[in-house]
Amino acid sequence: MNTRAYTAAKIGAEIAVPVALLAAWQLWTARADSQFFPRLSTILVEFRDLWLFSQFTSDVVPSLERIALGFGIACLAGIVLGIPIGLSRWLRLWTTPHIEWWRAVPPPALLPISIVLLHSIENRQKVAFIAFFCFFPVLLNTIEGVRGIDPTLIETARSYGIPRRERLWRLVLPAASPQIAAGMRNSLSLAVITMVLAEYFQGTNGVGYVLNISKNTYQMPPMWAAIVLIGVLGYLANVLFLLAERRLLAWHRGWRRAEAV
Amino acid sequence: MPALDVNRLAKTYGSGEKTTEALADVSFSVDDGEFVCVVGPSGCGKTTLLKCIAGLLGPTRGEVLLRGRRVTDPPEEMALVFQEYGRSLMPWTSVRNNVLLPLRHKKLSRNTRSELVEQSVDSVGLTRFIDHYPWQLSGGMQQRVAIARALAYQPSILLMDEPFASVDAQTRADLEDLLLRLHDEYAITILFVTHDIDESVYLADRVVVLTHAPTSVKEVVPVPLSRPRDQITTKELPDFTHLRGHVARLVRREQVAPV
Repeated sequence: MNTRAYTAAKIGAEIAVPVALLAAWQLWTARADSQFFPRLSTILVEFRDLWLFSQFTSDVVPSLERIALGFGIACLAGIVLGIPIGLSRWLRLWTTPHIEWWRAVPPPALLPISIVLLHSIENRQKVAFIAFFCFFPVLLNTIEGVRGIDPTLIETARSYGIPRRERLWRLVLPAASPQIAAGMRNSLSLAVITMVLAEYFQGTNGVGYVLNISKNTYQMPPMWAAIVLIGVLGYLANVLFLLAERRLLAWHRGWRRAEAV
Repeated sequence: MPALDVNRLAKTYGSGEKTTEALADVSFSVDDGEFVCVVGPSGCGKTTLLKCIAGLLGPTRGEVLLRGRRVTDPPEEMALVFQEYGRSLMPWTSVRNNVLLPLRHKKLSRNTRSELVEQSVDSVGLTRFIDHYPWQLSGGMQQRVAIARALAYQPSILLMDEPFASVDAQTRADLEDLLLRLHDEYAITILFVTHDIDESVYLADRVVVLTHAPTSVKEVVPVPLSRPRDQITTKELPDFTHLRGHVARLVRREQVAPV
């Protein structure tokens, strides 16, 4: 199959599969007439009314802000701390056990602590919670990316007397960037998960909050509308990230292809 | 005063029972403008020697003097070209930026920098590819980029660690001739490590033959072949055949020696 046909098939599948599933959902729910599984058309109308109009600013925007802020803080902290740890064997020795322990803790287990510690169920707690869990994939991938730098490149830099700061900026960071991006992509999906979690359990607004309230009050259409929105958010975030990565790391794809020949 | 003076250099790795003596006692010198090749049996510590000379490794004993000054860190008037061209170039940026890299921290004007870059890329014949990524070029061309980067740095001495060992024979001959031309044009001193005996005799004014590890200098062979040299006619000369035979015997005797 040539590449163009493959791309066409890929885009087709990306659209056709969800459409087929949605159609099946509509047919099935129309027949079942269940209180818990409202018709797709009902969900979509609810989706439009809720998310595109009445609660866009009150619930969608706060959720998006939390994701963006938490994810941004996590990326910054993960890269800034990951670089020195990746460069130093001693730092790795002392930090690895802590990192491994904290990242092994499942997010819900830390929800109560985050609320107690930060005396808050507002944005501060939500953003901190999201940032904490998004931090680890970026950190670990930055460490590995920095460790994986070709020693020849570092020796070249040393032999040319390139100062440390410039070595970091011009060699270490770009060389580690493909792996850092892989970590960031992991974190992005974690950001959506932890956002829903934080809002679902304690909150006063947000998509996760609406999900919880609708469930508690047996309002099935808004609950389903929230689920659909969360899925769409995660999907779109990933697509946007991949597009950015494709542009910024174009060299990496080309290089990998050239190396493979 | 010689440009480079290697004085009773020794290097041991590890300590206690696991000690490996890589360099035992290496002494030789390189004069200004000279082209000196270092050959030796495989595993004889050629790369260790070069790294000590470049100031990347500290010697256990002895010293390296660059124009009378002791080398402890990589000196500014020295440039190093590695065998692994693909790994010493940055894949994320253009040929231009790769060549520019070591100039960024030098106190030069913006114009001087870009002139140096363009001039040195031109002298290795890659002007057309200056805005390509290194991985878009062939292996031989990538090694030219590494050479251009070394030239732009304007070193007084160029160290090369088996730079042509991983390209095909035809490319290798082209690169050898390019290097001879640059040696002439830039009046640069070159210390060239290789395991290829033909290459060493073809390029050098003198060939330093090393023993097996722990390494010392077996013999320094002068190569009085006239310049400019030519891949065909120079290699046809009886003197060339004689010299390469002589160096080859020295190296072979080292290889069969008991370890």
